[in-house]
Amino acid sequence: MDKFETLTGIAAPLPLINIDTDMIIPKQFLKTIKRSGLGVNLFDEMRYDDGGAEIPTFVLNQDAYRNAEILVAGDNFGCGSSREHAPWALKDFGVKSVISTSFADIFFNNCFKNGILPIVLPQEAVDVLMKDAEKGSNARMIIDLEAQTVTSSDGEAFSFEVDAFKKHCLMNGLDDIGLTMEKAASIDTFEAELSKSRPWV
Amino acid sequence: MSPKTLYDKIWDAHVAHEAEDGTCLLYIDRHLVHEVTSPQAFEGLRMTGRTVRAPEKTIAVPDHNVPTTPGRDDPKNMTEDSAIQVAALDSNAKEFGIHYYPVSDVRQGIVHIVGPEQGWTLPGMTVVCGDSHTATHGAFGALAHGIGTSEVEHVLATQTLIQKKSKNLKVEITGKLRPGVTAKDITLTVIGKTGTAGGTGYVIEYCGEAIRDLSMEGRMTVCNMAIEGGARAGIIAPDEKTFEYCKGRPNAPTGADWDAAVAWWKTLYSDDDAHWDMVVTIAAEDIAPVVTWGTSPEDVLPITADVPAAADFQGGKVDAAQRSLDYMGLTSGTPLTDVEIDTVFIGSCTNGRIEDLRAAAEILKGKKIKDGMRAMVVPGSGLVRAQAEEEGLADIFKEAGFEWRLAGCSMCLAMNPDQLAPGERCAATSNRNFEGRQGRGGRTHLMSPAMAAAAAVTGKLTDVRDFS
Repeated sequence: MDKFETLTGIAAPLPLINIDTDMIIPKQFLKTIKRSGLGVNLFDEMRYDDGGAEIPTFVLNQDAYRNAEILVAGDNFGCGSSREHAPWALKDFGVKSVISTSFADIFFNNCFKNGILPIVLPQEAVDVLMKDAEKGSNARMIIDLEAQTVTSSDGEAFSFEVDAFKKHCLMNGLDDIGLTMEKAASIDTFEAELSKSRPWV
Repeated sequence: MSPKTLYDKIWDAHVAHEAEDGTCLLYIDRHLVHEVTSPQAFEGLRMTGRTVRAPEKTIAVPDHNVPTTPGRDDPKNMTEDSAIQVAALDSNAKEFGIHYYPVSDVRQGIVHIVGPEQGWTLPGMTVVCGDSHTATHGAFGALAHGIGTSEVEHVLATQTLIQKKSKNLKVEITGKLRPGVTAKDITLTVIGKTGTAGGTGYVIEYCGEAIRDLSMEGRMTVCNMAIEGGARAGIIAPDEKTFEYCKGRPNAPTGADWDAAVAWWKTLYSDDDAHWDMVVTIAAEDIAPVVTWGTSPEDVLPITADVPAAADFQGGKVDAAQRSLDYMGLTSGTPLTDVEIDTVFIGSCTNGRIEDLRAAAEILKGKKIKDGMRAMVVPGSGLVRAQAEEEGLADIFKEAGFEWRLAGCSMCLAMNPDQLAPGERCAATSNRNFEGRQGRGGRTHLMSPAMAAAAAVTGKLTDVRDFS
């Protein structure tokens, strides 16, 4: 997995609450057996009309935001289905961080598995960053994971919380499975005990 | 010992390793797998030379993609990309030696219906699946939740998940439901009250007289939509109904193991003085038959209400409500019972079980669906379908004008050919009314099976209590 340390990038504003994973990547694109190639269909139904042409009003179709690496979105981003195709599509498009007041649980976890940093900030901070994002490509935000700060293009900095273990994995690009396998002895012990205490499992 | 919630007890019984910062390896008792969220996980195992640690605890069934029309066990009758995913699951199940119910097997169906039906889901277990509606299995007093594909791979390789504990939310439904009100109305009403993010960070325990009074199937309907309230899982303490449901299922324990299991299951309840981080209480008598009007499962109103206005809401919900009204093609102030529909979908992991079909058939007996209506019943499993045929329910549906389909997820998420066209309006017993969920531009109203059946006959959203 790619390491996440600091990111200086264009942020696209998506001032809509409850952006669900069906919006992020509609189901017709879930029929892949690969993780890559979904970026072109990110937000497909908001981004393209019935004939497949770009809808010019959609933020990611505007020249200023075609290379956005950060999304600033309304509350409860990523609700709905567990499809990891949602973070895969974001990543494939080039999005490395999403900022919102809250995220749905499964989506939030899925982001970390793919090197994407979801940042939770209070409403006031998201409001400021949303305004900043609306300035377009001249306004670049800086996300510093080590320091746990987001800095607007005006230099206003906001601190955010992140789980220490998730931060460690993201900063070092670590593979969860490899880390867990280092604890195989604990799993062996648990399973041996389980076969005695709850043999029906 | 300090008092514990049911969630605390199951959690504690599954911690295989705990780090200093509280990050745990939670042991997984049952891993359910389907064709859409697993191919990349199996591919990951192959690329790293890893194996499935506990194939005997891993159960796979294709459901999301499969056509629900005859002849589907011939891949030529599937779209090419669906056939590739189903074929991938076929070969992955064989290669890694996991339990498998192929489309040709009568036991095939929606993974969350097959798990309980086959006795894989049992009280006190941890159950995961790469699908958010895994919450369904919480009805058994199991800790059950959806995971992403990276986590599917993690569970396949290690039989554990890296987890931090959620908070405890008690949702109590006191008293008795009024006639015509169902489990679906309970779960939608709760989401309407707490919002789709209200449960974020929590595991919900549903309790109270109205929950205890529900059948196991009704409890599955309630827990199924815990995710729509944002919760990691929904859970209901097991009781005699639970044990009765599990007893004799193909993979349930027998003999001395059964007795030992029941003895442990009987300890699985929240202690009287357990700590709750939040409590929501709703009187059952205040719950009406409900429908959704918008594009979020929190957009819930009693069927007797009118379509709301965006100005009725606050904050970010004002814009969201206006967007929903535009998308749904609804005018504020219109009575919901005046909203005309053209499609009815009865099925899904929320409402695709035998009792759901019975409730719908009861309404449809001797009736015909409205002219021009497209209506389909998609049983949740091959066994549900067979039982409905044996009970004569299939004949009632067919005589009423419904299509009688084979088992699968179907029009709940419209990955197979069962889809809405733009502008079509559907009364659905499924779980999500998101934009485009049932097909691009399609409009979804969520409701109970009886309400959907009544709507099929009248051609409008209908109060089942007024239906005769």
